[in-house]
Amino acid sequence: MAESICRALRDGALQGEHAPALTIKDSIVSPFGFHVFTHLLTQLSSNILAAKSQSRGLVLVAFSRSPSFYLDLLNRKGIHVASSQKWIEILDCYTDPLGWKDALLASGYGGSLSNEASTGASLCRNVKDMDKLYSSIIELGKGIVGQGKVRFCVAIDSVNEILRHASISSVAGLLSNLRSNDRVSSIFWLSHSDLHEDRVTAVLEYMSSMVASIEPLNQSAYGHRCNWERLPLLKHNFWKGKFHVRFKRRNGRVRVMSEEFYVEQLAINFRSISSEDEIVNRSLLPKVQFNLQLSEKEQFDRAKVVLPFEHQGTGKPIQIYDGRRSLTDGKSEAEPVSTGILQTNENSSKGEIIYLRDSDDERPDSDEDPDDDLDI
Amino acid sequence: MDQRAPNLLDEALGLVDEEKTKPWPLSSRVVLVEDRVETSGAFVLHHLLKRALSPHSSNDVVVFLAFSQPFSHYDRVLRKLGCNLTAQRENNRFFFLDLLMSEFPDGDEENKDGLVALYGKIEKVVSTSFQENKKCITIVIDDFSLMEVAANGSTNYVLDFLRYCRTLTSAFGCSLVVLNHEDIYSSIERPALILQMEYLADILIKAEPLATGLATDVHGQLTVLNKEIRDEQGSSRNKICNFHFRVKENGVEYFYPGSKT
Repeated sequence: MAESICRALRDGALQGEHAPALTIKDSIVSPFGFHVFTHLLTQLSSNILAAKSQSRGLVLVAFSRSPSFYLDLLNRKGIHVASSQKWIEILDCYTDPLGWKDALLASGYGGSLSNEASTGASLCRNVKDMDKLYSSIIELGKGIVGQGKVRFCVAIDSVNEILRHASISSVAGLLSNLRSNDRVSSIFWLSHSDLHEDRVTAVLEYMSSMVASIEPLNQSAYGHRCNWERLPLLKHNFWKGKFHVRFKRRNGRVRVMSEEFYVEQLAINFRSISSEDEIVNRSLLPKVQFNLQLSEKEQFDRAKVVLPFEHQGTGKPIQIYDGRRSLTDGKSEAEPVSTGILQTNENSSKGEIIYLRDSDDERPDSDEDPDDDLDI
Repeated sequence: MDQRAPNLLDEALGLVDEEKTKPWPLSSRVVLVEDRVETSGAFVLHHLLKRALSPHSSNDVVVFLAFSQPFSHYDRVLRKLGCNLTAQRENNRFFFLDLLMSEFPDGDEENKDGLVALYGKIEKVVSTSFQENKKCITIVIDDFSLMEVAANGSTNYVLDFLRYCRTLTSAFGCSLVVLNHEDIYSSIERPALILQMEYLADILIKAEPLATGLATDVHGQLTVLNKEIRDEQGSSRNKICNFHFRVKENGVEYFYPGSKT
């Protein structure tokens, strides 16, 4: 499922349509959205490098981590950033998002410039200006792929940071402008859903064709803050969680899929919902007097029961009485009927139907017309 | 009691290092200490302060932003722990910024300018120390809620300030230690400030009273959530640790629940 997201981001947009957009949302109870973000980032990067994707470049808008962090990360995953062809551009909104350092430097107060400058990322000194942000993202993208029809991807590592400086309407404007730009192949962003009102999360979700939400394994009943009283449980399950993905199709069809994830050694791993949990779920069903399901033996036995309307050819070819010949074993079958037992079968491996007549009042089957006393 | 013996808090933070070969494990990391009115988390700050200024690591510099207590308070506490802050201050290893009486001027722009100037001060200290080859720099803020008060309650600006301090951690390998009170946000439905800080933090230390109530031998419990474990050897370390503590006159005792005789 994480793979299907990767595929959707890789395949990109159709001509004349909005680019596929993905919202990754998490909350403080299970704050692993960033792990999902970096996972998708590395997957997409390797796809771009292998020229498997529609896009030929990636613009990363870095708010929550420094550009050097991302370069280290990609290098660690074996993706070479410094390849011959430039394919990634980082817009640095982390180092100096509000221009404080610039102002300090200008007034002669601040220290030397940090060594972030050496990473070659382009600095954004005013994240409050959405138009500027938009144009610099597009410019960086065009710088990678050049003029023409080639597209690029956009990744934003924290929408919350933009939202702290700008209103939701202007952020929505920025995102939708990016989505509808015909040079953008796909776009994804990370949002911590508990930092804002629900309507903000809803707005972001409306604008995305996919929503990946990260939830803890055991949804806390006590509210969204960490509850340390459940610590023994938390100790084991904090690093695991559920991963739900909602796909919205063009025709309005919505599909939700679920997976589990666990975080290990700074990497996130996905797996299908484990059968262990299903067994737990099954044993959690209330104990009832009757069976809802048959055991294997019961199913086997049931299959062996010969139903009365079935031909009971005991190894012999089935003969259908056509009125010209008398059935040879008609006599032997008629006998047990009169004693009240329809059929006694020595072959015990076969299922059987035992029929006991209640009383002699009950008439044996006959050819008599049961309606002959009616005056028709 | 041997002061150098590693305790549970050191273990949880990864500060145990017999050979003194590894770099300061808190470098480039943000540590958030959350406490409550019943259990003060100040002793965690004192402990980290003492570790950062310990004579074994002569390169360390601490920048201390004091909003809650005067210098003499910290001096007395740390002296009990065997660390002379006055001497360290004269050696230019301890930079004490007394912000006790500070109040950033009212009004939006002036408010921001006050924080920018404060950040400028810190950046200057950090970058000059860095150039003097003092690589392990710790920035301590005690405490963040009072900083919000000083900034006339402007949450956004203090968060910006915190963000900027965090850029120092990635640029210069500083560690940033912030104390905040958890319970003052408990009535707010969406406590954005404390949540933002928790998202920012690499290590979260919570000091809480015991769930079972007051006890004479146990003063509270500490929970350490170490979010990112950097382990090159692949050895697994406890990621969430929980233990009890007892604050004594000249040190703190840490022990696992039920293990105290």
